[in-house]
Parts: sequence; C-alpha cells; structure tokens
Amino acid sequence: MTPSFLPSGDRALMLKFSDSIDASVNARLVGFADRLRQGAIAGLVEIVPTYGSLLICYDPEHLRGAALEKRLLALWEGTGTEDRTERYWEVPCLYGGEVGQDLDDLAADKNLTRDELIALHAGAEYRVYMIGFAPGFAYLGGLPEILHTPRLTVPRQNIPEGAIGIGGRQASINSVAGPSGWRFIGWTPWRSFDPARPEPCLFRAGDRIRFRPVDTAEARDIAAGLSAGDVIPEPLKGEGAA
Amino acid sequence: MSLEILSAGPMLTVQDAGRNGLRHLGVSTAGPIDPDAMLLANALCGNRDDTAALEFAGPAGQFQTDRAVRFAVTGADCDIRIDARPVAAWESHRLTPGETLSIGAPRDGVWGYLALSGGIETAPVLGSRATHLRSGLGGVDGRALRNGDRLLLGPDRKVPCLRPAPQSLPAHSQEPGPIRVILGPQSDRFADDILARLTSASFTVTPQRDRMAMVLGGVELPAAGGHDILSDGTVPGSIQVPGSGAPLVLLAESQTTGGYPKIATVASVDLPRLAQIPVGRTVRFAVISREEGEDLWLAGRRALRAVLAGLTAKSEGMLSSDYLLSCDLVGGIAAPDEVAGTDLTARGDPQ
Repeated sequence: MTPSFLPSGDRALMLKFSDSIDASVNARLVGFADRLRQGAIAGLVEIVPTYGSLLICYDPEHLRGAALEKRLLALWEGTGTEDRTERYWEVPCLYGGEVGQDLDDLAADKNLTRDELIALHAGAEYRVYMIGFAPGFAYLGGLPEILHTPRLTVPRQNIPEGAIGIGGRQASINSVAGPSGWRFIGWTPWRSFDPARPEPCLFRAGDRIRFRPVDTAEARDIAAGLSAGDVIPEPLKGEGAA
Repeated sequence: MSLEILSAGPMLTVQDAGRNGLRHLGVSTAGPIDPDAMLLANALCGNRDDTAALEFAGPAGQFQTDRAVRFAVTGADCDIRIDARPVAAWESHRLTPGETLSIGAPRDGVWGYLALSGGIETAPVLGSRATHLRSGLGGVDGRALRNGDRLLLGPDRKVPCLRPAPQSLPAHSQEPGPIRVILGPQSDRFADDILARLTSASFTVTPQRDRMAMVLGGVELPAAGGHDILSDGTVPGSIQVPGSGAPLVLLAESQTTGGYPKIATVASVDLPRLAQIPVGRTVRFAVISREEGEDLWLAGRRALRAVLAGLTAKSEGMLSSDYLLSCDLVGGIAAPDEVAGTDLTARGDPQ
C-alpha cells in the first residue's frame, strides 16, 4: 500500500491511501499520523488522519512540499504494521426520549420493534475512523446495515451535545450542539468534548466503542456525577483504562 | 485596565493567531481572516504577533478605555475617529480615558482589525483567545461582542506610536489581478471543460459569507465524478464544490473535514485578498503550481518582515511633544491633535 500525494495548496498536502472505508487501512494511517505527531519530521503544523487519507499542513519556510513528500514516503516505507493497543469504551446511552426523537419512526421504517432496534445498535462494535467536522466529533464505522439511513434533506437547527446519531452508513456521537441532518436515536450524558479537560476530546481515531443502554435515572446520575467531577469517563481497555 | 464596548457592530470578535495543531481533534484554527493585517495592527501597538485584537466586518462600533492606550486599525478601509477627529489607519494613535473611538463601516474591503497596546486578555481556551463562533470557543463565551462588553487589557510595553515606512505597505484589497489557485486535491472529479471554466469565467462574490466560508455565484462547476467524497481534511482556502455547483471557499473558521470534492486551493498569499473582496464584485482565478504558490508565500513573508522592520516612531524629529507623549513620559494627557487629513488622502480610496 503506497499512498499517492494530492496537492492541497502551498502549505498542505494530502497522502491518499484508499477511497473506501477499510479498518486496516485506517489503522495503519492513524499509526503513521501518531509517528509524525511524535516528531518524526520537524516543522509539521497539522496532522489530520481521516478515513482513507492523511492531511498534513507544513510551513514552507522550514520545508518545501516536494522535499516533504520524499521524506514522508521514505518514512512510510520504513513503517510496519505496528500493534497498537486500541482503547475500548462502553458509552452509556439513553435510547429514545426527547433527544432520541427519531427512534420510533426509524424502528417503524425498518419493521423493527423499538427494543430490536436498540439491541442492534447496542450490540454492534464501532470503530472511531476519524475526528472531524466539529471539535471532538467522532465518525463511527460498524453500524449494522439494516440501520443505515439517509440524512434528512433539510437539517434540523439545534441538535444537543451528546445526541447519538445515524447518517448514511455511519454512526456518531454529537460533541457540540448545532444543526444536523442526521437521525437521532439516543443521548449520552458523557461529554465527548470539553475544552477544560487536560485531554479535551474523549475519543481518538482508532478507538473502539460499544453503546450500553441506560435508563433515565442512571443517565441522570451519570450526568450529575460528571458535573460534580465524581465521574470521569474512562476506557475499559487500552491507555488510560482504570 | 479594560476596553469598554459602547456599541458593537454586527460582527465584532476577539481573535489572536488561532489554535494551531488541533485540527485532528476537529478544532478549527479560527484566528483572523486577514492574518497579516492583524499582525501589523498588533506590531503598530508594540504587541507580540500572537496578541489578541478585535476583528470586525461592517462597522466595528464605539470604544472607550479606562487607561491611556495606543491603538491601530488595519485591514478594510474605514472611517476612524477619536471623538469627532478623523485619524488614519495603518498607524498607531493614543486614546485617553474619556475619549471615544468610533470605527465606521468599511468603504472598501470587508474585514478590519483594531489592536490596542497590551492586547485583549480574555481567558484562553485550548491555548488561544480566538473566537470560534460555530463551536462557541474562545473570546467572550465564544460569541460575537455586544454593547456593554468589557474586555481586560494586558500590560502595555510603552513603545511610541508607530507608522510604517512610506510606500512599504502591501496594498491588499486594491491589488489587481486574478486570485491564484493550485488545482486539487479532487480536481480529477471535474471534466476538462469545467476545469477550463474555473479560470475563464468570472465569479461573483455573494452575500453568503461569514468567518467560515464565502460562496461564489454566477458560474457552476458540476463534478462529473459526483459531489460526495469520503470525508477528508480541509484547509482555509479549500474550494469545495457541493451539489449546487456553486464553489464555496473555506476561511479561517472552516470545519476541519468535509465531504465535498475540492476542485482547488487558493494560494495562501491570495486568500486574504479574496476574503477582502466586497459582495457583488467579480473574481477571476488563475492556476499556478504548488512551487509557485510556495515562492509567493515566502516572498510575502519577507515583505511582511520588511514592513515590520521599517516601523518607525511617529513624528520623531518633527513634532517632539507628540513623540514625548507617545513615549508615555507624561502619562494621561491627551495627545496634541494629529494631522490626519493628509494621511487619509494619501492612502486613497479606490472607489
């Protein structure tokens, strides 16, 4: 797998690995991004891994694009598939309710009961392919095919933080409030983005996620614990696990 | 030690050099739309490059301070007054408590900057004071400023009032010639005749613009390969083409990733020039190579450093009392009237 270089102006370039959603490709490019972030090449301004490509912003006063491409290629060829300890999270999810406003309609559309839909969504394991669009917004792959649902043609204006969504074949956890054309089936009291935390984003590209159904009382307890500072979301496995 | 906003224009925000190195967390860079103009405003006040200042589109508003400061206004060309007295842009002036600074709507250009000595000291968020309106980060509660807001000012370095060497300023919005772009990353999604249209047609700057992006109208750029791509990284300057075919140029506050094909990227040196073009004017594009874009960027950095190195104390040897006042040897006394009319005329109004 050799990346191709796509020009992205005079201060950025893109390494493109794949046009499709592929966990092994994504794992390798996320690992490569980590290596670059640790300083493998000096003078890089931004390193942004996405599904199948890696955007790198550089400063031409330190390094020109042509020279950077050569160094990236040499470094890539010397990079094997490293075994990374991927973090694993169980994210509490209150299905339905005010935020999960599309749960019943979606179940009806798919000839499922509400509980069957919840069991499908909570039974799957998701992979964080990338963080983008908004601060801490995790794009999740691994949504069961029967739950794939097109986006709304007219986005809704105010979807709250923590909303659990479906957009096409992707799943998501809303990190900040805002407009969205995705369908929403639940809400998590966890805050996936909090600029006041030492690590503002809960999730990183490469993390694995499952949703754990909780009832209203437990969701409220978790929310209260979080705001009091008694509850700190932690992964069950990987770096930072309790 | 604060700046009081007596009246705020419609788009007045705190900005600094922006949040760098966080795009992989979905955190937009934010910062000024016209970074060199803001950097110069800061330099004219003796501030560091990354000091926070105010950015405005439309009239900035009216301001007072509770201590003597120096201020400078740069970027879009607009009417600047201390009480009733007009003063020039692109140089620093003294403002004393009791005096009101008024900054009107741009006569040409779109984005203007007001820097004050010591800088704005709102609480940094993720290492920066820059306001990101879309996600509500930085500045004052992540929002545009309002009437009655009071902003803390930092410690003043007490340098004299400064002005650039004559003829040394890059004349941003007045510079003629097409906006240069570098094709890609998804130019291969567009047929040859559409790529030719990118450089042969005239686009119109539409009112659909904010700190995140500007939409260009009048010409459609349909993508033979479709308008949906697997989401990938974007940069300020990316020219996205959604299904409508109307190109959308991303600016400082852009989202970090996107799912529309990007036909080209505006050359870094030309992005502020494009963003400063008023609504209704036309824009043409010319394609250059990445290497040419880098050369232009490097030349632009050298030119900016030359302007910074050429900043000189105002009126030194000409009006010694003004100079002494500007050195703050006699704090708190209003500066003598400065001769403003000549400077405004010299800068000229291209309209």
